[in-house]
Amino acid sequence: MEIEESFLYTKEHEWVSIEDNIATMGITDYAQGALGDVTYVELPEEETEVDQFEQFVSVESVKAASDIYAPISGKIVEVNRKLEENPSLVNKDCYGKGWIAKIEVRDMDESTNLMSADEYRSFLETLEH
Amino acid sequence: MNPYITNTPQEVEQMLKDIGVGTIDGLFADIKPEHKPQSFDLPKGLSEYEVVRRVTALSLKNNVHVVPFIGGGYYDHYIPSAVPALTSRGEFYTAYTPYQPECAQGTLQALFEYQSSMSALTGMEVSNASLYDGGTALYEAMMMAIRITGRHKVVMDGGVSPIYRKILKTYTHHLSYQFEETPVVHGQSSRPEMERLLDKDTAAVILQNPNFFGAIDDFTDIIQKAHEVGALAIVSVYPISLGLLKTPADMGADIVTGEGQSLGLPLNFGGPYLGFMCARKKYIRKMPGRIVGETVDSKGRRCFVNTLQAREQHIRREKATSNICTNVSLCALQAAVFMALVGKNGLKEMAQLNLDKAEYAKHMLSKIKGVEVKRSSPTFNEFTVHLPKDASQVVGAMMQKGFAAGFPLGRYYPGMERYLLVAVTEKRTREEIDRYVKTLEEILA
Amino acid sequence: MELIFEKSTEGRKGFAFGASDVPVRAQVPAPYARKEDAPLPQVSELDVVRHYTRLSQKNFSIDTHFYPLGSCTMKYNPKFTESLSRLSGFTDLHPLLAQLSGGERWTQGALEVLYELEQWMCAMTGFKHFTMQPLAGAHGELTGIMLMAAYHKHKNNARKKYVIIPDSAHGTNPASAAIAGYETISIPSNKEGGMDLEALKAAVNEETAGLMMTVPSTYGVFEPNITEIAKIIHGVDGIMYYDGANLNAVLGRCRPGDLGFDVMHINTHKTFTTPHGGGGPGAGPVGVNEKLAKFLPISRVIKRGDGTFALDYNYTDTIGYIASFYGNFGLLVRAYAYILMLGKEGLLETANHAVLNANYIMKKLAPYYKLCFDRICMHESVFSASKQAERGVHAIDIAKFLIDEQIHPPTVYFPISVPEAIMIEPTETESKQTMDYYIGKMVEADKLSQENPAAFKEFPKTMPISRPDEVKAARDVKTSYFLVTSSDAS
Repeated sequence: MEIEESFLYTKEHEWVSIEDNIATMGITDYAQGALGDVTYVELPEEETEVDQFEQFVSVESVKAASDIYAPISGKIVEVNRKLEENPSLVNKDCYGKGWIAKIEVRDMDESTNLMSADEYRSFLETLEH
Repeated sequence: MNPYITNTPQEVEQMLKDIGVGTIDGLFADIKPEHKPQSFDLPKGLSEYEVVRRVTALSLKNNVHVVPFIGGGYYDHYIPSAVPALTSRGEFYTAYTPYQPECAQGTLQALFEYQSSMSALTGMEVSNASLYDGGTALYEAMMMAIRITGRHKVVMDGGVSPIYRKILKTYTHHLSYQFEETPVVHGQSSRPEMERLLDKDTAAVILQNPNFFGAIDDFTDIIQKAHEVGALAIVSVYPISLGLLKTPADMGADIVTGEGQSLGLPLNFGGPYLGFMCARKKYIRKMPGRIVGETVDSKGRRCFVNTLQAREQHIRREKATSNICTNVSLCALQAAVFMALVGKNGLKEMAQLNLDKAEYAKHMLSKIKGVEVKRSSPTFNEFTVHLPKDASQVVGAMMQKGFAAGFPLGRYYPGMERYLLVAVTEKRTREEIDRYVKTLEEILA
Repeated sequence: MELIFEKSTEGRKGFAFGASDVPVRAQVPAPYARKEDAPLPQVSELDVVRHYTRLSQKNFSIDTHFYPLGSCTMKYNPKFTESLSRLSGFTDLHPLLAQLSGGERWTQGALEVLYELEQWMCAMTGFKHFTMQPLAGAHGELTGIMLMAAYHKHKNNARKKYVIIPDSAHGTNPASAAIAGYETISIPSNKEGGMDLEALKAAVNEETAGLMMTVPSTYGVFEPNITEIAKIIHGVDGIMYYDGANLNAVLGRCRPGDLGFDVMHINTHKTFTTPHGGGGPGAGPVGVNEKLAKFLPISRVIKRGDGTFALDYNYTDTIGYIASFYGNFGLLVRAYAYILMLGKEGLLETANHAVLNANYIMKKLAPYYKLCFDRICMHESVFSASKQAERGVHAIDIAKFLIDEQIHPPTVYFPISVPEAIMIEPTETESKQTMDYYIGKMVEADKLSQENPAAFKEFPKTMPISRPDEVKAARDVKTSYFLVTSSDAS
């Protein structure tokens, strides 16, 4: 199980990486593994506002559909259009080319509601028992 | 007696012994005395012969010999014998839903062919593997448009079947959707009223071709206006008419539905029928119902599977695109076989026969004094006539003479008590039409 | 195998309509006319007959194979019901004929079928009225939930928000509730496969609109606390909904109406053996007690004092039209004939042998597969292939092994609350020999999972196709012969 040390995480298995005031987000290695081969990513519309932990994307595999929640509030400034043609990027490179959306952060304090890599690692361990 | 239970008393005894209970009653110990039925009053069983005799007698109490000039969305078309011969094969009709594709390629390929033929017919890119019937398909299309647009208002043409409109209202009256109906003017959609109601809250405009009055139309202009405000266009169509009529795809429709009964299904007193739904490809993941897709097996051979299942209730549960679990596979198969049999030229030929016979009936009816055939719009195989007296009474009198003379519009349209909707299919002979006209003339005299 | 479109030859015809006998040749005015002919196949009748006959031979079906499909009740479909449903006195009957002045007398036989079937369904279930209109089980559920909504609305009770559903429920339950405008609350099951009463009590309050329950449940368990559960729900004026999916197991042993339920649906394609048709059409009649009767959809069939039958639309509080006509009549005729033949005794035997057969298989397989609930089951038993999964052989692999042994697999995708579920429902119409063959193959699968788990990945080997690439199907969507996809281009 791969976990990016510098990223922040949610309990719903989203990751977020914040640079300046732009948060790039996607789903974690654990999430892509649990879903299996991703067949479709329903992307949100650009320029719309989302609230932290609001469902705003869904990811489908052959036998499952998973709701994805915004890790942080703000305006969606960019979505990864490459996923429309190539949803398997989510499986192949979930922390890189498989990113889903970029959010212009409204309130940086919300990042305190997220887990660090270490906390997420411990959280995953609790799931396994 | 239940002749379909195969275990012998000796086997039953052996099985009970293996299970470790003394009697069959012992298997029902969880059902406590207080749960026992207060009664179970059913008739005593009968032999197969007795049932056949009784049910056959019931069927004969129905008169199917009245000559039908009645349609209303459900038509007396000829069904080639090969259709029931093939679809009554046990391998088709006693099969389960094709969840195990390796042992269901027959059903899956037939459904893929059905979807392809529906695309050929409507001109739309994609089709699902069928829904219950034309009315519920239209409801599903409306819900699909609401999901796609995130809007809550629906503008419906008054020419859409009143039966369908009643169904849509039942399903939505407790939900917060806004319904607007536009009046029908001279048998056609009211363009100004449509334009007035279309706005940025509109999820969809719902149209029907030919409309309930039989009038045919070209909705290109309305659909364009709908698209300008970001609304979708749903068109309900009568498949046989598409042998001659402009396709909904050519008009710009986003979702197309309809009743597929005319594609080789018997009238069956209301069902089972065939709801179909086609759409633009970009909306396929918002479509309800099963969809069959092409893929390859592990050896690279072409094969077919239920696909895009993540939309459906067994995965999404309360978030599914619809609660629909079943399609009407066997009915879709009937339609697939029918469309393959009549084929490209046969469909056109069949539609032409319907048109010609209806035009002949119009011509003959218009000769009757006091009968006015409505000619404000062109029609296909069904048209409206104005009678000098109450249409329902006339229908009653015609029934005595052996004709189902048509559908009295007053039943659904107050104020139209003297209007009769008359359908003429390829099965009506010139002799029947002439006799119908003569009888009507006598009754009105 | 080629598609019918690939067998097409320009100009070939499969059906001749004959010449027109009217002296008119009309034309659709240009703006309304089709531009290009519909590109349907051009094949002969013989082409069509061979094509679809060959396709049919690629299917498993009840007529050819055993289907121990849990929660699907795949029993034998008697041939006499089939031939009766094809009588022209039924098939050629226009539904609007009954609504015409003077047309009622020409549809008396059909109306009598609907009326009498309603009486029998009431007698079997303990309800007061049935509507035959719902066109499938899920359609019945939706109708039932709309009746629930109508009840609360009629009482001006706007607080009702939630429908409670056990985690073992079929996916249509929460989907139906959601479409009718309710939110759903899922209740976990206890170790015995029944409902966790404490969790239920905690979830129930004034906002509870009702509860949807399948009895016996999809775990094959008859809920022993049903009376208590009904009391809890009725205590907050909630409606008890009975999902009749598994009614086959309890025919004549108990009736939902007596157990405290207010509304139910019946899947005629399960209990009353109308054919599955490769995935429909179905029929889902809905029964209600007096509490909900006035909300039933219209039309309703009534019997007049003179013994004739009529359609009645005159109900002020009705929810309206839920279908175009009177239900899937062709299937209702089959159910009617089936019930008429079996009668009271035959129906009782149905439940007896359905439960006997299910327990027999459960007992025989218990040493080999992990049993989810170790108790007498009703119509079906639920195993988990967890032991086999540890060896790398999943429920789906065992399913594919069975296909090669000419057995349709049991239900393996459901219930979602059981990992590696194998749900087995033999029904009353299967013989001990057939079940013994099946049991033998299940034991063989277990043995093979110990000896050579890798072998399973190859199954099935004897079918027209091997395992399909479902990921490709979902990513590279091709749902029509005419649809060009990126892989066609490459």
